[in-house]
Amino acid sequence: MTVIVDYGVGNLFSLKSSLAVVGEESVISSDKMVIERADRVILPGVGAFRDAMEKLRASGLVDTLRKVVSQGKPLLGICLGMQLLFDKSYEYGEHEGLGFISGVVAPIPVKEGIKIPHMGWNALSFGEQKHTLFRYLSEGDYVYFVHSYAAVGCESAVIARTEYGSPVTAAVAKGNILGCQFHPEKSGEVGLKILRAFAEIKEGEL
Amino acid sequence: MITKRIIPCLDVRNGQVVKGTNFVGLREIASPVELAKEYSACGADELVFYDITASSDGRDLFTDVLTETARNVFIPLTVGGGIRSLKDFDRVLKCGADKVSVNSGAIADPTLISRAAKVYGDQCVVLSVDVKRVNGVYRVFAKGGREDTGLDALDWIKKGIDEGAGEIVLNSIDTDGVKKGFDLEMLAAVTAFSTVPVIASGGAGCIEDFITLFKTLPKVDAGLAASIFHFGEVSIADLKREMQKNAIPARIVKE
Repeated sequence: MTVIVDYGVGNLFSLKSSLAVVGEESVISSDKMVIERADRVILPGVGAFRDAMEKLRASGLVDTLRKVVSQGKPLLGICLGMQLLFDKSYEYGEHEGLGFISGVVAPIPVKEGIKIPHMGWNALSFGEQKHTLFRYLSEGDYVYFVHSYAAVGCESAVIARTEYGSPVTAAVAKGNILGCQFHPEKSGEVGLKILRAFAEIKEGEL
Repeated sequence: MITKRIIPCLDVRNGQVVKGTNFVGLREIASPVELAKEYSACGADELVFYDITASSDGRDLFTDVLTETARNVFIPLTVGGGIRSLKDFDRVLKCGADKVSVNSGAIADPTLISRAAKVYGDQCVVLSVDVKRVNGVYRVFAKGGREDTGLDALDWIKKGIDEGAGEIVLNSIDTDGVKKGFDLEMLAAVTAFSTVPVIASGGAGCIEDFITLFKTLPKVDAGLAASIFHFGEVSIADLKREMQKNAIPARIVKE
């Protein structure tokens, strides 16, 4: 059973529906006990980094997430939820994140012909080794992105990149801590394949 | 490389999809949920739902349709029609919409854009503009294209972007429903300054119109159409293949 962490950020309806389609039971919860009992946890998020981090702290869930991670349960951050996994973000100032993965979140470099936000379908490139999260995917599969900031300085954790004027971090992994900058729940069949792979990861497997 | 998006638009009235010519003569054609599933399966990159009902009964039917679609279709959904307040944003976002499109509501109160952008983020706020040439200038029309607001379209779009709109849907009333191609001249005027994605709407009649759009105006991010998809005149799968052949970045869905 997957728990989708509800801390008052974003629309969780599609995420829950997409997990149902891949046959994974899920609950949306802000209850520490429920989250700690989950087989795996998804940290969603849209909006601003600072607000999201404040809401996480206010709901007392930072320690809960730490516990989930130390128990070896798979944790998947999506979009802003992935950005929160890093040390800090430079979105409207400088704000501390969860610090689960080393790296920072910075604006996507502005270049001629590059519009911000990076919004739309872009191709994934996995490099030499394909992470188990992408085991049902092929190189170049398209997923849906919506973001203006991206993770940098996290090279050793990057498991997928995309190209938007320059290489952009698309997904990261450090042991059982996973993150997707894009929205698997909005990425059609490809996204469902990622969620299916995630739902198949067992506690302690990564 | 980011792909050019193909976006079918579903005008929904009383729970059914409708499409007219030049905004007049609406007729009902199909179940929006079924249509949405089909479009998603053949490669639509996004869906737009416009609520064109005025009654509260119709509005409830619309949110039911939206919820059912979001439960079955996993591509981005934009919702528009009758959005006048943050409460309206909240109502459709809770039903599974990802983006909300404002038009007449933003003309009546431009702060709607900035207030919504602050709460939901720029990426959530789409400014949809119905534009028609009046005495050689681009003029914004409201109320489904029936009312000349007197606003200069380029000024209005600039203001919308400044207020925080994350995307522009430019609908040319002059070419809408005519099926002779997109309004390239009007689109060029907007893409010349827009810092946010621009979606072309109004006038697509065949695959070639999309190819011409993206080849002539590489700054256009997406093409939107309704009836040609609904009536099967253009298949999205064929359109995507043709885009690929023409070296236009396109997402091809494996059958």
